[in-house]
Amino acid sequence: MKEMQPKTTQETLLAVDRLSVEFATRRGTVRALENVSFDLKAGEIVGIVGESGSGKSVLAFATMGILDRAGKITSGRILFDNIDLLQIKRSQLRQKRGKELSMIFQNPRAALNPIRKIGRQIEDVLQAHANLPPKQRRERVLELLSLVRISDPSRRYNAYPYELSGGMCQRVTIALALACSPRLAIADEPTTGLDVTTQAAVMDLIVDLAAQTHMATLLITHDLELAAQYCDRLVVMHAGHIVETAKTSDLFQHPRHPYTAKLIAATPDPEKDLAHLIPIPGNLPDLRGELPFCRFRDRCDRASSQCDTVPLERKLVGNNHQVACHNHF
Amino acid sequence: MNNILEVNNLKKFFPTQNRVFNGFGKKPPSHLLHAVDNVSFSLASGESLGLVGESGCGKSTLVRLITRLIDPTEGEIWFAGENIARIPAQKAARHGMRSQIQLVFQDPHDSLNPRFTAFDSIAEPLKRLGNISQSDRLQNRVEELADRVGLSQTLLTRFPHQISGGQKARVGIARAIALNPKLLILDEPTSALDVSVQAIILRLLADLRETLGMSYLFVSHDLNVVRLLCDRVVVMYLGKIVEMGNTNALFRQPLHPYTKALIAAIPHPNSRHSAVNLKGEPRSPIDPDPHVCRFYGRCFKEAKQCHQTMPLLQSKESDRFVACHFPEI
Repeated sequence: MKEMQPKTTQETLLAVDRLSVEFATRRGTVRALENVSFDLKAGEIVGIVGESGSGKSVLAFATMGILDRAGKITSGRILFDNIDLLQIKRSQLRQKRGKELSMIFQNPRAALNPIRKIGRQIEDVLQAHANLPPKQRRERVLELLSLVRISDPSRRYNAYPYELSGGMCQRVTIALALACSPRLAIADEPTTGLDVTTQAAVMDLIVDLAAQTHMATLLITHDLELAAQYCDRLVVMHAGHIVETAKTSDLFQHPRHPYTAKLIAATPDPEKDLAHLIPIPGNLPDLRGELPFCRFRDRCDRASSQCDTVPLERKLVGNNHQVACHNHF
Repeated sequence: MNNILEVNNLKKFFPTQNRVFNGFGKKPPSHLLHAVDNVSFSLASGESLGLVGESGCGKSTLVRLITRLIDPTEGEIWFAGENIARIPAQKAARHGMRSQIQLVFQDPHDSLNPRFTAFDSIAEPLKRLGNISQSDRLQNRVEELADRVGLSQTLLTRFPHQISGGQKARVGIARAIALNPKLLILDEPTSALDVSVQAIILRLLADLRETLGMSYLFVSHDLNVVRLLCDRVVVMYLGKIVEMGNTNALFRQPLHPYTKALIAAIPHPNSRHSAVNLKGEPRSPIDPDPHVCRFYGRCFKEAKQCHQTMPLLQSKESDRFVACHFPEI
């Protein structure tokens, strides 16, 4: 097996700065993200983990500028290569999307056009963003298909999505996302719904390609084990807040936030038996209306009066290890 | 040992037709999809058996055969001393075995009637098959079941959309155990749940098996979960059992190359790359060559022999079976 050292440079590619997103609903405003900040360096693979409803996908969609119309970015900046994506024109963002930053979606079958040949769909991306004559475009598509390890590319060029298995479709969407060699790819639960063996193959592929092209990758997943295997750094989200961020090994060996510790304790792994699988009490809080400063407060066994009265700040507790908790470990 | 379920040489072939027009009066050549092909296994009373394999391997067809929702092409299903394969699927709903074999479905939301309250859902099997009609007895029994699965009684009047995923999973379990079944079939019962809730449901299931003395057939593709809940595991690949054995032994030393790949695909922190080395796509299940190993073409061990004779499921150690010409021992 190849040893892959992430070629991380110090240059920050994506910096999300105090981003807040709200959704207007008939029954009140949902504060889906509040003061979310993190950054991503070129070539780095960062995982965003948390339960469903923690705001992982909203963060991805906001970064890509494809939030639902009900969603409003109320404050914050999203700096991509030092340009604030929230300030530039829509047309400028469209030029970047698919070319410099792209996304791999959760359900590959829904992400592909069912009545268009897959080769054509990849060509569409090249047509929009790369200045290539038609013949070279086709060649590039075949090259991409073999890059994502699809056998017999010239035959598969003419296939429709329904003719391919789920794993193959996901490979096609990866080829689509990587067509213009983006500098950042956001993979939103790229392997949910795939078999374990296919999941491993798809993840290996994403990580290999990221290493080859020096691409930064944001992996959004609810699967802590999966994130732990493939990511350099993890960002843990709970109810629209980032509660902890650290290098993967640090996070697993010394989780500092009570939620992270509980999340690790609740995740089945090969070394745990049922007695050591500890459920997390309670549910995510309702994100409408008044919320305590710490949104984990009601599920936490370390909570104190401070948690209600003192606003949370992210504290540096170790090398690149940040935690937002008054009573952290 | 006292077996609650014994499946002998069970087969289910689905006819598929070549839709290409080939002239008037000619019957189109019919093809057979071998969904379940000569499967035999047994389940001891009180045992928990895991059934794993990728999508399309015939897990769900096998479950539908055992619950007698569809008729087998060939073979026997012995349940509590009776060959239930003989009961036509249309009559199975009124047969006594129906209350003895119950099913917990994959998606707790989709499997509940949206117009039934939690009470109605749990009471339904009692009314249909339990001969309980007096409302006070019904009320008592439903409340008892709610207690048993840890569902607050105040939630019994709620509709599915008013309760959380974990609570819906509890309703699905309460409904399945309402008639005191001997065999409970669990079809990916936790795949739609967050890890925090999954841990609670897994513990509940382990607890119920002990207190009610049920046998479990646990279908899942999450090997970490199977390992926690099952005494023995059956691994299926394209309609055939490729390996079967004690859970711990099977995980410690997989004998079949496919089982090995499955276990290698479990995400593992600290290893940047998965150790899966499968190639290509699964073979077609339609009219498969009876002399070629189903795993041929994906296997890293394949030799000439694999293309000439189908490996049979053979006993390797006590209680350990593998269908491979070149097992790992």
